[in-house]
Amino acid sequence: MRAYFKNSSFTVGFIIFLSVFIIAIFAPLIAPHPYNEINTSNKLKPPSLEYPFGTDQYGRCIFSRVIYGSRIALKVGLIVVTIETLIGVSLGLLAGYYGGIVDKAISFITDFTWAMPPLILALAIVTVLGPGLTNVVIAIAVISWAQFTRIIRAKTQSLKNMPFVEAARALGESDFSILVRYILPNTVGPIIVLTTLALPSAILSTTALGFLGLGAQPPAPDWGVMLSEGISYIRVAPWISLFPGLAIVYTVLGFNLLGEGLRDILDPRLKV
Amino acid sequence: MWVIKMGGLVEYTVKRLISGLFIVLAVTIILFAIMHLMPGDPIKLISDPRVPPERIEELRRLWGLDKPLHIQYFHWLLRVLRGDFGTSIVFKQPVAELIKARLPYTLLLTGSSLILEYIIAVPLGLIAAIKWNTKIDRFVVVISIILWSIPTFWLGILLMMLFGIWLGVLPLSGYSGLRSLILPLLALTLPSLAGTLRLTRSEVLEVLRENYVLTAYAKGLPKPKVVIKHILRNALIPVTVMFFLYFPWLIGGSVIIESVFAWPGMGRLLWKSIVTQDYPVVQGIILIIAILTVISNTIGDIVGAILDPRVKIELGGGGA
Repeated sequence: MRAYFKNSSFTVGFIIFLSVFIIAIFAPLIAPHPYNEINTSNKLKPPSLEYPFGTDQYGRCIFSRVIYGSRIALKVGLIVVTIETLIGVSLGLLAGYYGGIVDKAISFITDFTWAMPPLILALAIVTVLGPGLTNVVIAIAVISWAQFTRIIRAKTQSLKNMPFVEAARALGESDFSILVRYILPNTVGPIIVLTTLALPSAILSTTALGFLGLGAQPPAPDWGVMLSEGISYIRVAPWISLFPGLAIVYTVLGFNLLGEGLRDILDPRLKV
Repeated sequence: MWVIKMGGLVEYTVKRLISGLFIVLAVTIILFAIMHLMPGDPIKLISDPRVPPERIEELRRLWGLDKPLHIQYFHWLLRVLRGDFGTSIVFKQPVAELIKARLPYTLLLTGSSLILEYIIAVPLGLIAAIKWNTKIDRFVVVISIILWSIPTFWLGILLMMLFGIWLGVLPLSGYSGLRSLILPLLALTLPSLAGTLRLTRSEVLEVLRENYVLTAYAKGLPKPKVVIKHILRNALIPVTVMFFLYFPWLIGGSVIIESVFAWPGMGRLLWKSIVTQDYPVVQGIILIIAILTVISNTIGDIVGAILDPRVKIELGGGGA
């Protein structure tokens, strides 16, 4: 573990990651006000001791809302990344192991989702499913697994002819057992790195769709939604948009650093 | 030898064009499916509930909606090929006209963003790589990770606050001449240039470790000459290819930036059409973006094949 903390990207990223996690778990203890408490006599107040980040157009405490927003960001990010990893890794294993027509079909879909601008694909899916946080989670997860498939496919291709895999095959192990017991464990390094780096981009995409009014819906304390609510008030109350944005940058930066650090430690040659 | 190489190149180009065509076809099928997955019967949507069922059947026949789906798809595809994307539900205008009026603004924004990105990112990436593991390199890398982590929409709002409100030197939003371009351009470019910067840096680093560069230095060639002739020439091939691959991503990003800055482009129209459920417009814009994407990816691959003598042309499409 000491080797990990010698890497400064990893260390800084890990501290940020931990702090966001703690804030999300203990949100009710940290937030000075209920995040949805409307107080019209206190609207558009600048940052003060009572309201560290100021108040919005309904007099809600921005600080408390940003604190609670970390729960949405982490929850959504983790769900998206879990689905994405499951799809991407299984397709990558199948394509790399079986080759032939299976590989061709999977590679066509992978190249397709890889080539299309991700946000446009997500918007197309949200158009069909309708706006809402659940649909955005589905949309982002369904479009962003291509990176996993490409890398796991290449790894599987190089692993499947290794002596230990051929030995397992000679012993009559089933394809499923070879994939899960022999090949998958050897792809754990890149999977960890890819998953960590997928989290910040999932958070960026979901907040972007929230910002566009297609993701989480008001009054949810979603960082993207809060930012877009603040746009109409940037002349009189710039803090409404300022602080949720800082929260996004802090979280995303932390996960990016963590992922970069993990890549340097686990798999320096991985190009992501 | 040159002739053989040209022959391979032509074959590769044709292969790439054909696979590009398949991707566009796949997109049209998906878009057609989207239109049909939409809740609501188009006939019932536009006609009064009192219209007798016989009349509804007649309309269905008239519009070809009684035909099997694949026939309907071909009819739709033929119309699209003629440039007929249908009529907007909200604007009551042909979708093609709506797009034609807005596409130039989107191309202006994304095109200039791409150029600005390369003007800033490539030299910085090169400097960082040459000064590898020094303070300069680390500074550039840290800045690029920070830029990479900033959401474009938030950066857009910050720039509006700083230049539009506090300093009051630039227009806040909308389009009133080229001065309006500056803020959306910066908001779109700064977060995405990190990618180009890091690519340039890692490619140059890789080339720096190649034997022929070491040989060139060992022969006593002057440093600038080695940098330009040996390093840049090779390291910039992937960077040039990425130029074409980034373009569609920027069009995607422009949806957000155009919405922040009320930029009169196609991205903002797409966003508004999704919100107002103006499906024919959504369909038309996504198809145009898909076609632009396939075109620029194909150009990127072909340029890569021309520039890089090591690309195995006979392997053809896919991969990479």
